[in-house]
Amino acid sequence: MHLFTKTADELATMLRNKEVTSVELIEAYFERIEAVDDKVKAYISLDKEGALEKAEEIDAKLEKGEELSRLAGIPIGIKDNICTKGLKTTCASRMLEDFIPPYSATVVEKLEDAGAIIIGKLNMDEFAMGGSTENSYFFPSHNPWDLERGPGGSSGGSAAAVAAGESVFSIGTDTGGSIRQPASSCNLVGLKPSKGLVSNYGVVSYASSFDQTSPITKDVKDMALVLNAITGHDPKDSTSINMEYPDYTKALTEDVKGLRIALPKEYFGEGFNQEVKEAVLASTKKLEDMGAVVEEISMPLIKHSLPAYYIIACAEASSNLARLDGVAYGHRAKDYTDVESLYSNSRGEGFGAEVKRRIILGTFVLSAANYDSYYKKALETAKLIKEEHNKVLEDYDVIIAPTMPTTALKIGQKQEDPVKDYLNDICTINANIAGVPAMSLPCGFDKDGLPIGMQLIAGEFKEETILRVAYTLEQATDFKDQRPKL
Amino acid sequence: MSIYSNYETVIGIEVHTELSTNTKAFCSCTTKFGGEENTHCCPVCVGMPGAMPVLNEKVVEYGVRAGLATNCSINKYSYQDRKNYFYPDLAKGYQVTQDKLPLCYDGHIDIEVEDKIKRIGITRIHLEEDTGKLTHDQDGSLIDYNRCGVPLIETVSEPDINSAQEARAYLETLRNIFIYIGVSDCKMNEGSFRTDVNISVRKKGDKELGTRTEMKNLNSFSNVVKSIEAETKRQIDLIEAGGEVIQETRRWDEASQTTVSMRTKGEAADYRYFRDEDLRPVILEDQYIENIGKSLPELANAKKARYMEEYDLNDYDAGQLVESQKIAKFFEDAVETCNNPKEVANWIMREIFRLLDETEKEEAAIPFEARLLGEMIKLIDAGTISNNIAKQVFEEMWKTGKNPEAIVEEKGLKQINDDDALIEMAKEVLDSNEQSVKDYLGGNKRALKALMGQMMKKTRGKANPQKVNEILVNMLKEME
Repeated sequence: MHLFTKTADELATMLRNKEVTSVELIEAYFERIEAVDDKVKAYISLDKEGALEKAEEIDAKLEKGEELSRLAGIPIGIKDNICTKGLKTTCASRMLEDFIPPYSATVVEKLEDAGAIIIGKLNMDEFAMGGSTENSYFFPSHNPWDLERGPGGSSGGSAAAVAAGESVFSIGTDTGGSIRQPASSCNLVGLKPSKGLVSNYGVVSYASSFDQTSPITKDVKDMALVLNAITGHDPKDSTSINMEYPDYTKALTEDVKGLRIALPKEYFGEGFNQEVKEAVLASTKKLEDMGAVVEEISMPLIKHSLPAYYIIACAEASSNLARLDGVAYGHRAKDYTDVESLYSNSRGEGFGAEVKRRIILGTFVLSAANYDSYYKKALETAKLIKEEHNKVLEDYDVIIAPTMPTTALKIGQKQEDPVKDYLNDICTINANIAGVPAMSLPCGFDKDGLPIGMQLIAGEFKEETILRVAYTLEQATDFKDQRPKL
Repeated sequence: MSIYSNYETVIGIEVHTELSTNTKAFCSCTTKFGGEENTHCCPVCVGMPGAMPVLNEKVVEYGVRAGLATNCSINKYSYQDRKNYFYPDLAKGYQVTQDKLPLCYDGHIDIEVEDKIKRIGITRIHLEEDTGKLTHDQDGSLIDYNRCGVPLIETVSEPDINSAQEARAYLETLRNIFIYIGVSDCKMNEGSFRTDVNISVRKKGDKELGTRTEMKNLNSFSNVVKSIEAETKRQIDLIEAGGEVIQETRRWDEASQTTVSMRTKGEAADYRYFRDEDLRPVILEDQYIENIGKSLPELANAKKARYMEEYDLNDYDAGQLVESQKIAKFFEDAVETCNNPKEVANWIMREIFRLLDETEKEEAAIPFEARLLGEMIKLIDAGTISNNIAKQVFEEMWKTGKNPEAIVEEKGLKQINDDDALIEMAKEVLDSNEQSVKDYLGGNKRALKALMGQMMKKTRGKANPQKVNEILVNMLKEME
């Protein structure tokens, strides 16, 4: 087997057994990138020099027999909306095309402390707005399972890179499904942790209420290893949770006896692809066969979640992106005559259509004349949806749902009606609204051989439950071992 | 009667006060005034992508202090909102402030105008952050972000103020309170106490408020007074001429001594306030608020009343002494040493105030310890030095900060109280000043003054003046 198909845990063992050095690993990954990234287009920028330097340090430590994290020496990519000190962080936008942050996000610092080696920055929908990476200012990314299709979004580069063997695992962000949808499209494990479990400091905000820094891995064990490295209280992020953090690898047990599973019928109705539904239900049946109790339930408020989500997300985006005004940093238009035209020309040129659409929408719903009928109502609705989730998650250990209504779409297919695109988020946004953890886990392939993902949603800070269920299911199937042919 | 007396002015005041916390509201940068441009900043306060704010707990504490000192209720649950607008000195494109739930609300302070006490309502005090500073020259505009994120409290009054004098008294009282409780240095020239004034007029007896204008750019109390007077007159003239006041923002123009329009309501921004989800709500325990309440110092009003009661000082003197908390402290310390409050008050007001400018007065920049003024007054009370000599001693203390006893000793300034010695000297003076003696005996009593002067000259001012007076009068009587 090639190095690029292996998980972080497997590579960690190889590094310790001296089957490979970290430098060799980096070289191998850059070779792989060289070979396939022209087709996949996962990376916006690469840092081979910096990566090799760090790999040498790791090799020296390994040589000395120092005890290192399982992530030490592992090459990874980081979504380009996560600040990396000295390394361009563009958010896939012309606005930040040349922005080099003078600081690193907490998640980056934690991974570097663990010895993981950042080899580059990954493509995404501009400012994480979209579900295809087609909203990237630079180029769309391609799905390694079918290059004519997108990898999903907005963390599409993060998923495509891992699926194509260009990154062992990766870090992205999930505001409404941006980690889970690409994971689902690329046969990977994507976990959006509970709000506040992983620090958002240094992660460029889109919608503060929902944004959550999240990992994508090849399997559940890697997910537990990564969680161990990146979770924890961060005094620089007020929304970060101060609590005892568990060792997530302890949750990797095969045990679902008596597990109570809720299947909301709203996720299995019209508009959902039949093959997707069947695959999700088949995996659910497996859990039932292993001793879980499955009940069909109804969550009637889910039908209101899309408008509530988009109103709040766009409102927050309109404010979060206001700092990008061409004054202190970022794109500044060449032509302007006064402050007003400096703003409008710089922002007009710097932002793409989808970003502008959401800023305008958000500005509209917050304006004095519309606040009550849109924003306020959306907040009230979101509160009710959250309560509905909490209620269900008191009675059940997990909710199971598809990650997406369909498998990966053809590139170009999504752009026709942007508002219709929002419908693809119906399964994923609720976990963001409720602030609860949700994982997308591979659960099969459609007749075209495209991956299908299922979601496991649990109560706040119950990541261990999700890991346990996912691990059990993963051991009973071989979906995770499938690799795309590139 | 002039038309102006048919009208009543209605004024509400907003004050932005920079809090004197060591670090900024949402990051650990210093709040120090000035400094080289853009050196007191970090990714958080210049609003770099991804940087997140963490609320400085001291800011909340200072806000609660300000609220309790102005008799406000404290919201035990509050949060921060964003006020969205574009301006180059606003790094994030929004200002973090409190809109729906201010930290403090429903308070009041009492002000004194023309010997009358008036209660002015305080609608709210909320937390917010300051912006950067712009400077413009012919090459363009420059931004200094040093002030960006410095914590502010905005104090909004009820429209209870009805004259420029009341406005001034309100501002002086409020400023005095904030300095007393240590939440701000309130330096108007450094922008740490900034005032916007809302003004409207209405016919006396009218129930409804007139249309108001908001006055900006008021950097001194005298400008507040002048602009209120000018704006009141402008509005009344306008109405009397059949015109209508429009709601707008105006500014005081120093050069023309008039108010000029900045922008009208139609141009006013829609700030799209909404809650800042980067920050957690502020939740306060009763005990926390109570502890802050207990830690508040005695405020000027209470102090003044106590001085009048306890020390029998008159209204004016007591008022003067409490204007600066540090002077009041100096006064109390000196009184503790000599137990002669009236004399201490006299020395502070006559001598010390003469030597200090306004800022020094506020700071009580006195080059010797309060205890030493007490010691000096004790020397006077004991008859060791005269009042006249005391002035010399005081001057020396001011110059050197030395102990008054040491000065008296060193300079030989001890009062001569010895009758025999004084009689001996008086004889000499009478002998050598025949003309003055003759004049005195001839009925010109003023000649005594010249003789006194000679005595003082001879003793270099050290003779006990009462005794000298007595001795001379007695000796001259004998000569009659």
